[in-house]
Amino acid sequence: MESKELLKKLCEGIGVSAYEDSIFNHITEAFQNLTDEIQIDNLGNIVAKRNGQENTNKIKIMLAAHMDEIGLMVKDIDENGFVKVTSIGGIDPRTLLAQEIIIHGKQDVFGVIGAKPPHLSDQSERSKAFKMEDLTIDIGLTKEDAEKIIEIGDIITIKRDFIELKNNVVAGKALDDRAGIVTMYECAKELLKLKHEADVYFVSTVQEEVGVRGATTSTFKIDPDIGIAIDVGFGATPELPEEDVISMGKGAGITLGGNIHPTLRKHLIEIANEYNISFQHEITPGLTGTDGRAMIITKCGIPTLVISLPLRYMHTSVETIDMNDVKTCAQLLARFIASISSDNLEGLLCY
Amino acid sequence: MLLKRLTEANGVSGNEKEVRQLIIDEIKDYVDDIKVDKIGNVIAFKKGSIDSPRVMIAAHMDEVGLMVTKIESSGLIRFTPVGGIDQRILVSKTVSIGKDNIPGVIGAKPIHLQEPGERSKALTYKQLYIDIGAKSKEQAEEFVKIGDYIAFDSKYTEFGHNLVKAKALDDRVGCSVLIDLIKSDTKLSFYAVFTVMEEVGLVGAGPAAYHVEPEIGIILEGTTCSDVTDVEPHLHSTKLGNGPAISLMDRTTYFDKNLRELIVETAKENDIPYQFRKTIFGGNDSGRIHIAKEGAKTATISVPCRYIHSPISVMNKDDYTNTSKLLKLVIEKIETGGVL
Amino acid sequence: MDFNGNLLKKLTDTYSPSGNEERIRNIIKEEIKGYVDEIKIDALGNLIARKKGNDKKIMVAGHMDQIGYMIIDIDDKGFLRFTNVGGVSPHIALNQRVIFENGTVGIVHCEPVDDMGKLKLDKMFIDIGATSKEEANKKVSIGDICVYHTEYYEDENRVMSKCLDDRVGCYIMIEALKQLKETKNDIYLVFTVQEEIGLRGARTSAYGVNPDIGFALDVTGVGDTPKAKRMAVSLDNGAAIKVKDVSMIVHPKIKKLMTEVAKENNIKYQLEILEYGGTDAGAIHINREGVPSGVISVPTRYIHTSSEVVSKNDINDSIKLLMKLLEKEITL
Repeated sequence: MESKELLKKLCEGIGVSAYEDSIFNHITEAFQNLTDEIQIDNLGNIVAKRNGQENTNKIKIMLAAHMDEIGLMVKDIDENGFVKVTSIGGIDPRTLLAQEIIIHGKQDVFGVIGAKPPHLSDQSERSKAFKMEDLTIDIGLTKEDAEKIIEIGDIITIKRDFIELKNNVVAGKALDDRAGIVTMYECAKELLKLKHEADVYFVSTVQEEVGVRGATTSTFKIDPDIGIAIDVGFGATPELPEEDVISMGKGAGITLGGNIHPTLRKHLIEIANEYNISFQHEITPGLTGTDGRAMIITKCGIPTLVISLPLRYMHTSVETIDMNDVKTCAQLLARFIASISSDNLEGLLCY
Repeated sequence: MLLKRLTEANGVSGNEKEVRQLIIDEIKDYVDDIKVDKIGNVIAFKKGSIDSPRVMIAAHMDEVGLMVTKIESSGLIRFTPVGGIDQRILVSKTVSIGKDNIPGVIGAKPIHLQEPGERSKALTYKQLYIDIGAKSKEQAEEFVKIGDYIAFDSKYTEFGHNLVKAKALDDRVGCSVLIDLIKSDTKLSFYAVFTVMEEVGLVGAGPAAYHVEPEIGIILEGTTCSDVTDVEPHLHSTKLGNGPAISLMDRTTYFDKNLRELIVETAKENDIPYQFRKTIFGGNDSGRIHIAKEGAKTATISVPCRYIHSPISVMNKDDYTNTSKLLKLVIEKIETGGVL
Repeated sequence: MDFNGNLLKKLTDTYSPSGNEERIRNIIKEEIKGYVDEIKIDALGNLIARKKGNDKKIMVAGHMDQIGYMIIDIDDKGFLRFTNVGGVSPHIALNQRVIFENGTVGIVHCEPVDDMGKLKLDKMFIDIGATSKEEANKKVSIGDICVYHTEYYEDENRVMSKCLDDRVGCYIMIEALKQLKETKNDIYLVFTVQEEIGLRGARTSAYGVNPDIGFALDVTGVGDTPKAKRMAVSLDNGAAIKVKDVSMIVHPKIKKLMTEVAKENNIKYQLEILEYGGTDAGAIHINREGVPSGVISVPTRYIHTSSEVVSKNDINDSIKLLMKLLEKEITL
C-alpha cells in the first residue's frame, strides 16, 4: 500500500482519545505482513513486533506514534435538542465555529456548530472569541428524538476529507499523529531491505493527547533499550518565530534537549549525515509534548529520542504535512535501527 | 573547597556531565558500588556494618540555565530558558556558552533610546540575545551551535557575615552535604543518588527510585528563602542563619510525619538550630521518589538560599554546617532503629 | 436498603486530612475486619483489604483523606497563618470554624481587603482565641493541619456534612462489602491516602496490588442548582457512571460493563462528564501495563465546602451498583 493511501484511511477514520478502536484494523492490516507478532494491550495500544536477526542479546527498540486524535464529547442535550460539548485534548474553540461535525452515537449523526448569531451581539462582543461553553451543535432534532440515538459521553469529530495539495503536501484532520504511524509503516518497509539485530516494536499508542497515557503503560510492558517517539512539530508559518519552528519539506526535526539521550542523538545525526538524509534541529529543553516524556521516566529510565515531522496548523482540521518528510524520516529511522547492535549499544548509551 | 568547585562547574539540566564527573571522582574511593544509570543519574551504594532499611539519599546535580535556539545573521545568539528562570534577572549579565565556555553578554537597549512607557514592561526572552563579539553568523558558528547549553557566569564568593554567593547553590549545596556524609563514618548502608534534570520536571528521580526501591528517602536541597524586608514575616519561607529547613509539604509531596518528627527530635536533642520550610510552593525529587513502585517515606532537609535560580544565590555557612551535622545525626538515629 | 447514618456520621466526624489518615484508617479497619481475609497497610498508609477469590483481580479505591489547612506561622499575638492542603478557595474558607487533631477550635478570618474578589489565603489567618504566641504554641505547632468543624445532618432524602468527599465513597465500599454475596473475583478494597493532593495513595497501592480491573468511588459535581454551569448530573438521578474527567477517560468497555450491570439490575444511573478535577482511577488506569478502570460517583453539591450535600437514594444506588459489579464474572 502507498503510504499516502494509508494516511488517507487513517485520517478519515475516527479515533478520539480512548476511543481509538475503530482505526485498529487499518493499523493491524498495514503492519500484518511487515512484522512477526501483533498485540493489543490493556489500554488498546497496538504493538507490532518485528524480530531482529540473530538477536542473541535481545536488544529492543521501541518506536511510538500516537493514533488518537483530539475531538469533542457530548456533555449535555438541552431542552430544544441542541448539543453541548466538552473538548478532549487541546482545542482552540475559535477553530470550531461553523464546522460540520459527526456525533458518533448509536448511529452517526451529522450536525453543525453554531453560536449566538452576530446580529444579537454588540460590537464589543464581536472582538471576543467564543468559549467552548458558548458553542452549540445543531443536529436538527428534538430532545426526545436526539436522545434515541445519542447520549452523554458520545464522541464527536470534525467532518473533514483528506485532501492533496501541491508538491506532495497533504491536508486533513488527525495528521497529528497518524502521519507518525505512517512513518513507522514506511520504516517497517525499509527494514525489509536491511539487516537489523534489534527487535523492533512499532507501537501505535492511545491517549497521547490527554496525557501520554498509552505510552506510559506500553513502555512499561516492553521495557525497551531505546525508545523513539515520532510525533509532529510546528511547521514554519510567517507569524511564528523562526527559532520555534521547523520547515516543511526539509526533513524530520531531531529534538534536542535534556530529555533526549545525548550520545544516541549524536549517533542519529551521524547516521543522517552518513546516508545523506536531510534533517533539522528542534529544541525542547525540558519535557517534550510527546510520548517521549512518558518513555524517559519509565521504570529505571529509558534512553529516549524524539523525532518530529514538520506540520502546519496543529490541532486544527486542516493540518498539513509534506509526504517527503514522512519518507525521509522513515529512511533515517530504518538506518538508525540497522546501525544498532550488541557491539555498539553499550557504548552508545554510555554517558 | 568542594562547594566552590561544585558551584563553579556547569551542569544545566540535561548536561550534567561536568558535575557528574566531579562527583564521581570525589566519592569513588568512599563507596562500595557506583554506577551511572541509563539517563545519567549517579547511583552510589555505601555498605554499612548493620542491617539497614533501604535508604536513599538524593540531591540533584543540575541547575537552571539557558539554551541556544538560533544564531542571527548578525552573529547575535537567541536563547530559551532551561528550568524556571525569571526573565527579568537576565539583562546585563555575563554567561558562558557550550563545552568551551565561550563568554557572552546579555545586553539591553540603551535607556536614551527607549520610548516612554517602555521601561515599565519587563524584557522578554524574545527581546533578549547574547553577544559573543562575533561579526556574523558564520563567525559565531565557529564557537557556538544551536542546542548549546548556557550557564550563568558567577564565581563562588564569601562575603558579609558568614555568607556565600554562588550560582547553582540549588542544588550543589545538597550534593556537597551528601558527599560529606559519604566521606564520614556510617554504620548504616545507604544509596547516595545524584539525580539529573530535577529543574525541568523531576525527570531523574523517578527512574532512580524505581531502581533503588527505597523504604526511606531523604532529599537534600537548596531551598527558597524570602527573608528580605519587603516580605511580610509570615510569608518568609525560610530565614538565612536559622538552620536547616525541614519541609512540611510542597506541590509534590506531603512529607512523612514520623520521619519529619524524627528529624526535629534529632535537632532538638543535639541543639542544632532548625526551621520549617513554611510554604508549600515548589517541589523536588521527593515528588517522584515517594510514589515510585509501592511508595516510600520521605523527608527533605534544605539549606536556605536567597535569590534562588539566579546567578547570585546566597547562603549562610552555618546553615550548611548544621545541615551536614543534622543529616549525619539523623542517619545515626535510623541506625538505632528509628522510623520503621 | 437501610441507610446506616450512624456509620456515615462516624466517618465524616473523624479528623483525617491528607497525610494524617491514622484515625479514619483505624475506624475503617475495625468496621471491615470481620468481612475480609487479609488487611495490610503500605508505606504511604493505604489500607488494603482483600477478599480472596480465584478470578479477576479487582481493585476498588475510595480515599480516606480530606482537605484542610496547614499552619505555617504563628505571630506574636497568637494568630495563625496557614496554607491549603488540597483544593480550597479563600472565599469558602472565610469565617469557617476549623478544628485541629487535639480538639483546638478556631475561626478563619482575613485582613481588611479592598477587593474581596482578590482575596488570597496569604491575607487570611486563624484565631484560636490565644492571647499570646506562647499560649498558641501550647495548642498548635507549625505543620499542624485543621479541618472544617461543622455538624453532620441528615433527613429522609439528604445528607449534609463536611468531607462527604470521600467518606461517602468509603461508606459505600464498607456497606457493599458487608452485603456482598459469593463472588469468584479476587477483591482488593483499598482505602487510599493523599488523593486530595495528587492521587498519591492510589498510585502506590495500585502498583502493589497490580489489579486486572480498577474501580474508584468518589464524589462528582452537579448542574442542578440555580444558574449552575451546565452539567448533566443531578441529585436523585442515581449513581453516576463516569465517562471522563481531567485524570482519565473511562475505557469504553468498562463504561459499557457498568451501564449494562446497572440496567440488568434496575439500578438508577446517570452518565457523568466532569470538566475539572480527577480521582484515584486516574492513577490506577495508567499503573504498570495499564488497568481498565471505571468510577462510580456520588452526585454532590458544594464539593470542598464545609457542608457538602448528597442524596441517600444515590448512595444506595451506588452501593447496589458496586455490589453487582463485584459479584459479576467479568470478561472484557
